[in-house]
Amino acid sequence: MTSDTGTTVRKVRSGVSHVLLVIVAIAFLGPLLYAVSTSLKPADEVFTPTPELFGSEIRWQNYADAFTFAPFGRYFLNSLFVAIAGTAVVVVASSLSAYAFARLRFRGREQLFVLFLGTLMVPQEVLIVPMYWLMQSLGWVDSYWALILPWAFTAFGTFLLRQFFLTVPAELEEAARVDGCGPFGSFFRIMLPLARPALAVLTVFTFISFWGSFLWPLVIINSVEDKGTVPLGLAQFIGQQGTQWNLMMAASVLAMLPTVLLVILLQKHLVRGLLVTGLGGR
Amino acid sequence: MGTATVAPPEHVPPGSAPAGRRPALRRDGRYAGIFLAPSLVGLALFTLFPTAMALGISLFDWPVFGERKFLGWDNYSHLLSDPVFRRVVLNTALFVLLYVPLNVVISLGLAVWLGPAIKGRQAFRVLFFIPVMTPMVANVMVWRLLFQPGGLLDSGMQTWFGIDAPNFLGSSNWAMPAIVAMSVWQGFGYNFLVFSAALDQVPQSQLESAQIDGAGPLQRFRYVTWPMITPSLFFATTMTLITSFQVFAQPFILTQGGPGVSTQTIVMYVYNQGWQFLTMGLASAAGWVLFVIIMGITAIQFFGQKRWVHYDV
Repeated sequence: MTSDTGTTVRKVRSGVSHVLLVIVAIAFLGPLLYAVSTSLKPADEVFTPTPELFGSEIRWQNYADAFTFAPFGRYFLNSLFVAIAGTAVVVVASSLSAYAFARLRFRGREQLFVLFLGTLMVPQEVLIVPMYWLMQSLGWVDSYWALILPWAFTAFGTFLLRQFFLTVPAELEEAARVDGCGPFGSFFRIMLPLARPALAVLTVFTFISFWGSFLWPLVIINSVEDKGTVPLGLAQFIGQQGTQWNLMMAASVLAMLPTVLLVILLQKHLVRGLLVTGLGGR
Repeated sequence: MGTATVAPPEHVPPGSAPAGRRPALRRDGRYAGIFLAPSLVGLALFTLFPTAMALGISLFDWPVFGERKFLGWDNYSHLLSDPVFRRVVLNTALFVLLYVPLNVVISLGLAVWLGPAIKGRQAFRVLFFIPVMTPMVANVMVWRLLFQPGGLLDSGMQTWFGIDAPNFLGSSNWAMPAIVAMSVWQGFGYNFLVFSAALDQVPQSQLESAQIDGAGPLQRFRYVTWPMITPSLFFATTMTLITSFQVFAQPFILTQGGPGVSTQTIVMYVYNQGWQFLTMGLASAAGWVLFVIIMGITAIQFFGQKRWVHYDV
């Protein structure tokens, strides 16, 4: 009898808990649903006296219109190019140095690694002024070089991959070395194939941080129409009279879409990605 | 991050005498040079050198174009006496004071609530993590529309509660809370993931044996769970503190720092000085002030963790 009431109480409690959770989830999703809903409304139905999920019609046309209203096609291509190139540099440079820190013996290794980690403390906001001057000196202001290279050397990738390389049993490499495999051979043939999951995490999270980066493109890109990235393109709308909110939301939803898909795809590895995300967001 | 103490595995070739190690070491050293070259050159050129240059530039009257003049510490004393900069520091501190506790309490609360017993927990992890990953500018744009007069909040409050919503972004009372609310929505998924991963590590057997010993839910949390999650709690709080001092895109897009300068933050000040007024020296000095604040937090984290964090459990 008592155990029966116990289970009932527990069942009711868990039921209430689940109902509350659904409410929390809906409230949390609200802004995103609102964005999607607005992106499908006609322009003159964005602001209504009562909240409406749907307008008088579902205007998929808004998504096409966003690309003619502003050069979003160009912005997406620029963002894609910059994010892919930047990610490639990050992955190559950090896997090489991570291997050196994890496997090669050389003088001053620990000190150098501490120096690497120390660079993580410097916030981007401190660097943008001298970086701008550096870009001026190199003639890179308003260029793809400036969007890609300055933030493509961070110690995060090195740190993440080193942690992974350290978990690989040394015997695997020793066997290869006995067979005449040098450090390059064992790096390319043993370490990299084994590190595929870690490399995937680094790739995806680096791509996402390039994709969303805003402050640096804002200061370094002058010809937005030509070299602007998606966040810059979106920010162009601020303060414009009569903002086309439905088109804005269509463009915002499109900007979010790739990252949402990547998060869902990589959901098992989110925890490992925390390191790259939380600290590396440029 | 205490990872520098992780001992690298020593792989001494079997049977090699100490004398035989030296050539191998030298060979390794040569290879290490090649492996490290890209990162070393990149970090030196794009991080170490600019960090030093930032300090250098901050000592100059340094217009984007034109004559530069050495000023010594004048930029810093100018900052201290500039009422806008003082206000900007206060605004940033207010943001931090509101945002960090809200973020930590909400993410920890939800992580505890969504404990291992809840079905579909992974779905919530993914869900809450989405705005962490989507481009910040896109997130803020959505909230700008949300807060707009006539936007969802306004029309919703009128329809369901019959009250007129304030002009959130145009009111000096509401602009900062609006920025904080948006930022919490965007950012708490990160800490939620950190905490729920930490809670997963708490052994179920210890919780059960505490229950058998008669410990209630609160006691179990306080004496079993809490000591085990303090490292994560400390890490998350420090990281959140550091990133919240760097807040930029939210006020930049939601309010442009307004009304007046009531929501302008330190990074916005850096941006304005550097790229609106083209005074790079002052911008760099403001950047260094931010850096010193962040170094201070890191130092507190480093020394504080010994007192607050139970690593030995």
